[in-house]
Amino acid sequence: MMLKKLLFGALGLALCGVALAAEWNLQPAASKIAADIHWVHEMVMVLVLVLFVGVFGFMFYSCYAHRKSVGHKADQFHENTTVEVLWSVIPAIILVLIAWPVTKVVIAQKDTSHPDLTIKATGIQWKWAYDYLNGEGEGISFLSTMTTPRAQIEGREAKGENYLLEVDNEVVVPVGKKVRVLTTAADVIHSWWIPAFGAKQDAIPGFIRDIWFRAETPGVYRGQCTELCGKDHGFMPIVVRVVSQEAYTKWVGEKRALLAKAADDETKTFTLAELKSRGEKVYAANCVACHQASGKGLPPTFPALDGSKVVTGAQAAQIDVVLNGVTKNGAPTAMVAFGKQLSNVEIAAVITFTRNNWGNSTGEAVQPADIKARRK
Amino acid sequence: MSAVVDTHAHGHGDDHGAHHGPYGGLMRWITTTNHKDIGTMYLWFSFTMFMVGGVMAMVIRAELFSPGLQVVDPDFFNQMTTMHGLIMVFGAIMPVFVGFANWLIPMQIGAPDMAFARMNNWSFWILPFAGILLILSFFMPGGAPGVGWTLYAPLTVQMGIGMDLTIFAIHLLGMSSIMGSINIITTILNMRAPGMTLMRMPLFCWTWLITAYLLVATMPVLAGAVTMTLTDRHFGTSFFNAAGGGDPVLYQHIFWFFGHPEVYIIALPGFGVVSQVIPAFSRKPLFGYASMVYATSAIAILSFLVWAHHMYTVGMPVTGQLFFMYATTLIAVPTGVKVFNWVATMWKGSLTFETPMLFAIGFLFLFTLGGFTGLVLSLVPIDIQLHDTYYVVAHFHYVMVAGALFAAFAGIYFWLPKWTGRMYDEKLGQIHFWLTMIFFNITFFVQHFSGLAGMPRRIPDYPLMFETWNKVSSIGAFGFGLSQLLFLYVVLKCIRSGEKAPDKPWEGADSLEWTHLPTPVPYHTFDPQPDLR
Repeated sequence: MMLKKLLFGALGLALCGVALAAEWNLQPAASKIAADIHWVHEMVMVLVLVLFVGVFGFMFYSCYAHRKSVGHKADQFHENTTVEVLWSVIPAIILVLIAWPVTKVVIAQKDTSHPDLTIKATGIQWKWAYDYLNGEGEGISFLSTMTTPRAQIEGREAKGENYLLEVDNEVVVPVGKKVRVLTTAADVIHSWWIPAFGAKQDAIPGFIRDIWFRAETPGVYRGQCTELCGKDHGFMPIVVRVVSQEAYTKWVGEKRALLAKAADDETKTFTLAELKSRGEKVYAANCVACHQASGKGLPPTFPALDGSKVVTGAQAAQIDVVLNGVTKNGAPTAMVAFGKQLSNVEIAAVITFTRNNWGNSTGEAVQPADIKARRK
Repeated sequence: MSAVVDTHAHGHGDDHGAHHGPYGGLMRWITTTNHKDIGTMYLWFSFTMFMVGGVMAMVIRAELFSPGLQVVDPDFFNQMTTMHGLIMVFGAIMPVFVGFANWLIPMQIGAPDMAFARMNNWSFWILPFAGILLILSFFMPGGAPGVGWTLYAPLTVQMGIGMDLTIFAIHLLGMSSIMGSINIITTILNMRAPGMTLMRMPLFCWTWLITAYLLVATMPVLAGAVTMTLTDRHFGTSFFNAAGGGDPVLYQHIFWFFGHPEVYIIALPGFGVVSQVIPAFSRKPLFGYASMVYATSAIAILSFLVWAHHMYTVGMPVTGQLFFMYATTLIAVPTGVKVFNWVATMWKGSLTFETPMLFAIGFLFLFTLGGFTGLVLSLVPIDIQLHDTYYVVAHFHYVMVAGALFAAFAGIYFWLPKWTGRMYDEKLGQIHFWLTMIFFNITFFVQHFSGLAGMPRRIPDYPLMFETWNKVSSIGAFGFGLSQLLFLYVVLKCIRSGEKAPDKPWEGADSLEWTHLPTPVPYHTFDPQPDLR
C-alpha cells in the first residue's frame, strides 16, 4: 500500500516535471516575428535580471551589514548630486539602446503589405467565421466552432488532449506564404491570437484591422480568443493548420467541392422529420450556448425558447428574429442576425426544430422558401 | 464659508483636548467632521471591501483550481472577475489611502483638521452607498455586469440592469474622490503651520498632493466614459457603436486616459508611506528628498501620455505604437530614481526590521519586480504576445498588491500605535508579513509562466497545459486570503489589549505626529498651530 502511494507520488512528481518543462516560457516560435519576440524578450529579461540582482544586491547587503543589531551607526548623508545624475542618465541611455532593435520589430510586425493570401476572421459570440478573400482559395467561407463536448467541460467525460483548443473547421494555410488576416466582429470585441505566430489582433465590430504571419513549419497551431466577449469567451478557440503547398491546393479543391455539395436545394420542400433532425444539429452548433439544450435559456439575458410566445406564435415574427437579430436602442444584443451566417435551409430547419421540440408542438414545418421570402 | 468654519470652531470649543466626539454612539460617526474619525471610517470601510473583494478572488481561484467547470458557471465567473476588480480598486485600495490622508496630512503639516470638514464627512458617507449599489447589482435580473473592471463597450450594452447600478456606483465613487481631493489640495496648500514650507513637508503629503491633482483631472473623464455607456444603453446614442457612427475603441481611449493615471493614483500614496517608513527604520534621513518630489511629479505628468499602451492590440498605426512605447519606457527613469533613493536611504543606515519595515522592504522588492515586468510589457512586440494573458494579471497584481497593499500594511503597522495608543503584537505582525509575502508569491509569480505559455485572462476554464500553475496559484491564493484574517486579529488585539505605546515608539521617526503630539493623539490637535520657523 505504502509502496503504491510512493510510486504514485513519484509518478506525479515526474509528470509535474514534464509539465514544468513545457509551460514556463513562450510557446516555440513558428514564424520570424514570433522568433523576434522571443529574442527581444530574452534580451530584456537578461537586462532586467542584471539590474534586479544589482539593485537588490545592494539592498540585501545593506540589510545584512548595516543592521542596528550588529552595532552599525547610521550615517546622515542624504544627497549626492553625482550619483543622482548618473542613475537618471544611465537608465535613459539603456532605454534608448533597447528602443532601436525593438522599433525594427514593431515596424516589421505592422507591415501587412503584399500578402500571398488574405483571410477575413470575424469574431461572433462565440465562434469564428472565416472568409478567404484573396489568393488561392478565394471564395472559401466557413464557420469555426469549438468541438470540445459539454460532457468534458462538465467533468462527465475524460478531457481530451486538445481540450478547449479543437474546432470543427480549421483555418488551413500554405507553409511559407505571407498570410494577412483581416479581423472584425459581428457583436462585441474579440481578439484573434495564435501564440506560436506572435500574431494577435483585436476584432472590432464595425471596423476592419489586420495582422500578418508567415508560418515556417507545417503543423497545427492553436490559440484562443483574448478579449473578454461575454459568457463563453473561454470557449472560442482558433486553430490554424499549416500544410505544404500541394496539400493546400488539394484542400482548396476539396473544400470547394464540399461547399458546392453542401449548398442545399433551397427550392425543395422538406418533411417535418427531415427539418427537425437537421435543425437539431444547427441548434447544437449555434444556439445551445445561450438558449441551452433544455430550451430554458439563461433569463433574462438569454430567454427561454421552450414555451416562448415568439417560438410558438406566428412564423414570420420568429423568422425575422433569427434573420435580423434583436436590437435594443439601435445597438445589437446577444441575439445576433443569423441571416448572414446560416443558409435558408439551416434557418428553416432550426426554426422547425424549436417549434416542435421540448414543450413546443406547433406541428408546423417551416420551409426554406418561407425564409427566402422574408429576407430583405 | 468663513461662517461655517466659525460655527464649527465655536461648537467644538469645549471639546478641545477631549478624547471623544461631540456625540456618543452611532451619531458620532454619522455626524463627525473630525479628520481622525473620518480617517478611521475610511480605513474600516476599505478593510470591509478588501474582504468582500477577497471572497470573490477566492471564488475565482476555486473555479480555476482544475480544468473544467466545477464551482460557478461562466456568466457568474465573469461577474466575479468584474466585481473583484472594481471593489478592490475603488472600494479597498483607493479608500485605504484616503484614510491615511485624513489621519496624517493635518498632523504632518501642523493643521487642526481638513480644510472642508463637512465636505470631508460627505465624501466618506457617499462611499458605503456606492459599495451597496455595486453589491446590489448581483441581485438584479441578469446579475452583476460580467464585462471586466474596464467595462469595455460594446459588451456593456448586452448587460442587465446591474450594469446601470455599477455605472451609478462609479459616479458616486468619483464624486467622493473628487471631493476628497479638493479637500486634500486645499488643506496642504493653505493650512500648513508657519514654517512648514512645501519642501519641508513629509514625502507622504507630497505624494498625496500630486495624487489629488491626478484624481481631480481623471475622475471626471471616467464619469464621462460610463455616462456615455449609460446613454448608449438606454437613450439611443452611438458613442461606441459603429453602426451609428461611433467607435468601440473610443471607449478604451477615454477609459485608459483615466485608467493609467489611476495606476499612479493607487501607487503614489504608497510611495509616500514607504518614504516615511524606510527612513524611520534606517535611522537616517530620506535620500534625495528633492529628487523624490521631482520624480513623483514627473511620473504624474508622464502618466497622462502613455494610456494607449493598454491598447497595443486594437490596431493603432505604427507611429502610435512607437510613441506610446517610447513614452512608457520613459516612466522607468523617474521610477528608477525612486527605487535607487529608497535603497540609498537604507545604505549605511542603522537598520531594524519591525513589521512596518518588513512590509516596506517587501514593497520595494516586489514593486520593483512588477515595475520590471511593466518594462517588459511596455515593448510593443512582447506586449502584443502577452496582452490579455495571465502575464498581465501577474504584472498588475505585483504593482497593486505587492505595491499598494504592502505599502498600506506597512503604514498601518507604522501608525497603529499613534492612532490607537497601543502597540500591536510584533511577533504576530511579523508572522502576518511572512505569510503574506510567501503566499503572495506562490499565487502570482507562477502566473507569469501561465501568461508566457499563452493562457488568456478572464476565462473560467483552460486547456490542460495550464493546469499545474493554476493549481499552485489557487493554493497560494487560499493561503493569502486566510493570512489576512490574522491581520484582522492583530489589529483587533492591538485595539483591545495592546501594550500602551510611548509618544514616539519608532526611534527614527521624525514627522510632526511623532515629535509634537502625545500617544494616543487627542481628538483635536494643533489648535493653535505650532510655530516651526
